[in-house]
Amino acid sequence: MINPNLFLVYDFSTQKKLSPIRKGFGMGLVEAGKKNEDVVALCCDLTESTQMHLFKDTFPKRFIEVGIAEQSMASVASGMAAMGKIPFFSSYAMFSPGRNWEQIRTTICYNNSNCKIVGSHAGVSVGPDGGTHQAIEDIAIVRVIPRMTVVVPCDAEQARKATLALAEMTGPAYIRLQREDTPLITSSETPFEIGKVQVLFDTGKSTKHIYDVLISVCGGVTAQALDAAHALAQDGYAIRVVNVHTIKPLDTMLVQFAKESTSVVTIEEHQRIGGLGGAVAELISEHAPKKVLRIGINDEFGQSGTPNELLKHYKLDAESIAVSIRAMLKEYDN
Amino acid sequence: MEHLTDIEIKEIETFALSIRISIIEMLIAAGSGHTAGPLGMADIFATLYHKVLVHNPHDPHWNKRDRVILSNGHICPVLYATMAHNEYFPVEELLSLRKFKSRLQGHPHREYLSGIETSSGPLGSGLSQALGMALAERMDDPYTQKYFYCFMGDGELNEGQVWEALMHAGKEAMRNLIVVIDRNNIQIDGFVNDVMPIEPLRQKFESFHWHVIECDGHNISHIHQAFGEAKSSALPSIIIAHTIPGKGVHAFEYDYRWHGNPPGKGPENFWKKQDQAKNALNELRSLGGRLNDMTR
Repeated sequence: MINPNLFLVYDFSTQKKLSPIRKGFGMGLVEAGKKNEDVVALCCDLTESTQMHLFKDTFPKRFIEVGIAEQSMASVASGMAAMGKIPFFSSYAMFSPGRNWEQIRTTICYNNSNCKIVGSHAGVSVGPDGGTHQAIEDIAIVRVIPRMTVVVPCDAEQARKATLALAEMTGPAYIRLQREDTPLITSSETPFEIGKVQVLFDTGKSTKHIYDVLISVCGGVTAQALDAAHALAQDGYAIRVVNVHTIKPLDTMLVQFAKESTSVVTIEEHQRIGGLGGAVAELISEHAPKKVLRIGINDEFGQSGTPNELLKHYKLDAESIAVSIRAMLKEYDN
Repeated sequence: MEHLTDIEIKEIETFALSIRISIIEMLIAAGSGHTAGPLGMADIFATLYHKVLVHNPHDPHWNKRDRVILSNGHICPVLYATMAHNEYFPVEELLSLRKFKSRLQGHPHREYLSGIETSSGPLGSGLSQALGMALAERMDDPYTQKYFYCFMGDGELNEGQVWEALMHAGKEAMRNLIVVIDRNNIQIDGFVNDVMPIEPLRQKFESFHWHVIECDGHNISHIHQAFGEAKSSALPSIIIAHTIPGKGVHAFEYDYRWHGNPPGKGPENFWKKQDQAKNALNELRSLGGRLNDMTR
C-alpha cells in the first residue's frame, strides 16, 4: 500500500483532489523569488499559460517579456546568469527546449550557466491543441546534454518544491510541467530532494522474497500508475511503485530496487525512446540486467482529443497500464 | 571621449600591427583556423582595448569591468592576441591555439580562459547574451556606467536569432549596449551580397530602434570617434565597421577563400602554399615592404 512515511494525500477513491502541475510551479517561483532576490523570470508570450504571471505580478521589475522568441530567450537568460542572476525561463516544452536546443546546449550548458528551463504543456494530455503542441521528446533531448539536471514533477505540490530546490541548486536544469488538472499525490509535508527517488506504493515482497514488478514513473501519469498498481496488488502481485521525479542525475538506488524485483516497468507521457524508460534501461542493463518494459508513446506523434481520450488511446491510463503489465507477467509465468 | 593625439594613434597602430603578426604566428602554429576576419578586426580590437574599454587584465573578474561578447567566436585569434598583448596572459601562450589542453580553444570557452565572458562559435547568440547581461545590470543599477560590447560578423546577420535580439534590445532602449558589425562582405561560401543580401543595413537597424554609426574599420581616429558616439547614445548602438578581410597582408585581402584557411592552406593566386606563412609575416614585419625600402 501507500507509503505511510511520506505524508501522501493520494487514495484510491474516485473523489481525488486535482491541481495542474504548472500551477505548483507558478506558486513555487513566487516563493523562490521571495527567498532570493537574484531569482528572475523570462517568458515568451505565454506568461499566464505557464503560470509565470504569479511571479510577474509579485515582482514586475524582475520579469522580462521576450516576445515569441524562444531562441533569444535562452541566450538572454544565459547573459543574465553571467551577471549573477538565477533566471527561470518558460514556454511550452515544444518550443523551449524544443526550438532552442542549440542555444541551451551552447550558451547555457557549455557555459555552465545557472539557468532553469521551464517547459510547460508537455505530454499528450495537452489535449485538443493537437500533436504540434504536445512535447513528447523533451526529456530525451535535454537529458543528453552534459551538466543538465532534469526534473519531472508528479503533481502540483512536488512541482512547487522542485522549483524551490532548483532555485537553490547551482547549474543548468530543466523542469517539465503539464497543463491539465492531475491528482495531488504529495502533501506539503512530503520531503523532496533532487536526485532521490521515493517509494510511493509498496505491497511488500512475495512469498518468493522478491517483488514481481518495480514500477518507475514520473510526471502526471504517476496517478495512473498508482491506480494500476493498486489493481495488480489486488490480483496478488508484489509491487513497488517508485516516483523518479529526477531523470538526471538518476538515483542509483534504482539498481538496488531492481535487484529486489523480477521485472522493471517504466511509465511516462513521453516517447519510449530516450526518456525515463531509456534512462532506467541504461542504468539497469549495466548494473542489474533485467527485463525492462517501457510504457510510453510508441514512436509516433500525438493528436487532438480530450486528455482522457488520448491517455486511453496511447495506453497510458490506469486500466491499459495494468493490462500491459499483466501481459508481461503472464509471459514470465509461461 | 577626448580626441586621440597623433602619438596615441601611432601607439594603437603599432599595437594593431603586433596583433596581426601574432594572429599569423598563431594560425601557422595551429595549422588551422580563420585568417581573414581576425586580420580585418585588428584595428578595432586594438582601439577598444587600448583606449575605450574599462577593464583590468590583472583582475579579469573585476566587477566594474565592461563586458566584451564575441558573438562571431571564429575570429577569436584577434581576441586572444589582443588579450595577450594586454597582459591577460603570456604572449608565448598564443602558440597553443587550438591544441590539446590549451586555454585557447578553437572557439572561445569562458571556463578555459579568464577574460572570456561567454563561450561562442555557433553564430547568432551573442547579442542575446549581451542583452541579458545588460538587462541584469540595469535591474541592479539603472544608472550603471558599464558598457556591453558585442561583436558580430555581417554573414552572421543571416541568423534569425540576431533579429529577435535586435527587436528586443530596441524595445528595452538598452543605451549601454554597443554592437560592432564586421562589414567585410565575406562569408564561407562567398561574398555576403551573393550568399544572402543583407542591405540596406542602416535602414533595417534604424527601424528596430537602434542608433546606427558607420565607420572606416581601419582608421583609428574614426573607430575611436564611433565608440565615443555609441557610448553617448540614448538608444542601443550599432557600429557598422567597413573592414577589409585579411587586412595587412595584400595576398589575403578581399578574398572570401581566406575566411577559414590559415596561411599555408589558402588559395594560391598570389603565393604558393609553402610561401604563404613566410611572405605574410615578412610583409607585416616590414610594414608592407616600407621598412625594407627605408633601410635600403
